[in-house]
Amino acid sequence: MTESALRAAPAAYDVQRVRRDFPILARKVNGRDLVYLDNAASSQRPKAVVDAVVESMTVSNANIHRAIHTLGYEATVGYEEAHKKVARFINARSWREVVFVRNATEALNLVAGAWGLANLRAGDEVVLTIMEHHSNIVPWQMLRARLGVTLKFIPVTPSGLLDLDAAARLITPRTRLVGAVHASNVLGAVNPVGALRDRARAVGAKFLLDGAQSLPHMPVDVRALDCDFFAASGHKMCGPTGIGFLYAKKELLEEMPPFLTGGDMIATVTPEGSTWNELPWKFEAGTAAIAEGIGLGAAVDYLSGLGMERVLAYEEELRGYVLEKLLAFPGLTLYGHRKGEHLAVFSFNVDGVHPHDGANLLDRLGVAVRSGHHCAQPLMAALGMDNTLRASFYLYNTKEEADHLLYALGEVSRLFVHGR
Amino acid sequence: MTDPAFKSDLLDVDPLMMDLLLDHYKHPHNFGELAGADVVHEEGNPSCGDQMKIALKTKGGVIEEIKFSGKGCIISQSAASILTDLVKGAPLDRVRTITKEEMLENIGIPIGPMRLKCALLALKVLKAGVYGQAAWPGEEDDE
Repeated sequence: MTESALRAAPAAYDVQRVRRDFPILARKVNGRDLVYLDNAASSQRPKAVVDAVVESMTVSNANIHRAIHTLGYEATVGYEEAHKKVARFINARSWREVVFVRNATEALNLVAGAWGLANLRAGDEVVLTIMEHHSNIVPWQMLRARLGVTLKFIPVTPSGLLDLDAAARLITPRTRLVGAVHASNVLGAVNPVGALRDRARAVGAKFLLDGAQSLPHMPVDVRALDCDFFAASGHKMCGPTGIGFLYAKKELLEEMPPFLTGGDMIATVTPEGSTWNELPWKFEAGTAAIAEGIGLGAAVDYLSGLGMERVLAYEEELRGYVLEKLLAFPGLTLYGHRKGEHLAVFSFNVDGVHPHDGANLLDRLGVAVRSGHHCAQPLMAALGMDNTLRASFYLYNTKEEADHLLYALGEVSRLFVHGR
Repeated sequence: MTDPAFKSDLLDVDPLMMDLLLDHYKHPHNFGELAGADVVHEEGNPSCGDQMKIALKTKGGVIEEIKFSGKGCIISQSAASILTDLVKGAPLDRVRTITKEEMLENIGIPIGPMRLKCALLALKVLKAGVYGQAAWPGEEDDE
């Protein structure tokens, strides 16, 4: 490592040691060492998370909350403790501001379905960015159809950054909510959310962040961000699938009606009506994903142990390394990454290679990347992108793996240009 | 165009078939538009953005001319090239008899479950064009 690299990533970040925490990274794919670069879709899980899930199922398995017996008590404590871990991880004021849901998609549906339905009227504006994942577009389109709210989209500049001048025009006194993806799953761009928040505050609008891509890679402080809502998925941040969370300010959660209703979210039920359970249970109807929730708590412990500042510094160093190589690759078109802050998420095309073929052939060489529209069709259309390949790195990826990606891309490109 | 000296790591399976597919991909047979067609049908695969149109002319119950157009991956494009070769000059009813298995056999390289839609897009478009949409969701679509 060079001296400057050592400054960028503290020597204490030992990526080889981190890799040993993830058993799956030792496996082969098609006879090659696995190079897993589809982290923006889902990360791998460290053994500590797998162990926590297994322990919850083999040692403390029971339904939570009303059980008097020992197993029920242990499961309840473990599941509540997981909320507290997440709350500390994002610096929420109270763990009661953290609602466990299936994933960021469900969290965003909760905001639209509970807060939106109760608070929006025909003609009210919801301002989103054109960079949103479909999960922060479709729930609002459903509300548009149901309530007649107006949807507006903040465009991107040709270099793939949010157009803040346009944002200033689009956010008006009729705007009730501004929603933005914190980091783009296509371009890797980390959006200037402070500027959007200030604009939202100036017109009295609520401010929502989709943190599915940002939270796995950087320190997040919801109080510093001063967002009203923050959504994230566990499986992109070393946790299990089927668990994610919505953070929302307590006052909002208190005044919002429930989203899903039924068991566990009530205080009392009579034939005439019901009253709601305390936070966050008011929003967690039915038996929860208990083991997965405990697994999410373990994932947050794992990430905190590494230190998110160090993770970010390491990934930024890796990003610089990959970026230089991609830019030097003949016939490769990279989207974004020209200026501004980015995660190590790269969408690109190689001349003459359809992304599906590229992903298919890379897989033959052990490299897992994604191809397609990445659930962000409006952004793809806005930037004139068709389908792309996407390589997304995480805290266990290495420069050697980046080299292997470039080698494999060379093989694919030569095949399509020269034939065998 | 093929550089015989070039050996790719990617071709550890069936290099001859891969060459054939690459040839179909770079120089597709029956590619283009067809004026005055008796049957024209177009469909896409939204998950990958691929688009395919097939147009054909018949005379006395025989497929006299057939063209395909569109964009897509090597699998979907070469499959269309191969399929149109297969049915050109054949009785129109030949279209009904082509099964998923026959299509995959003609493509000649192993097609994984993730690429099955690419491999069968041309056959789907052709069958739906000739017999209507209902002709497709049968045995061929039981993936």
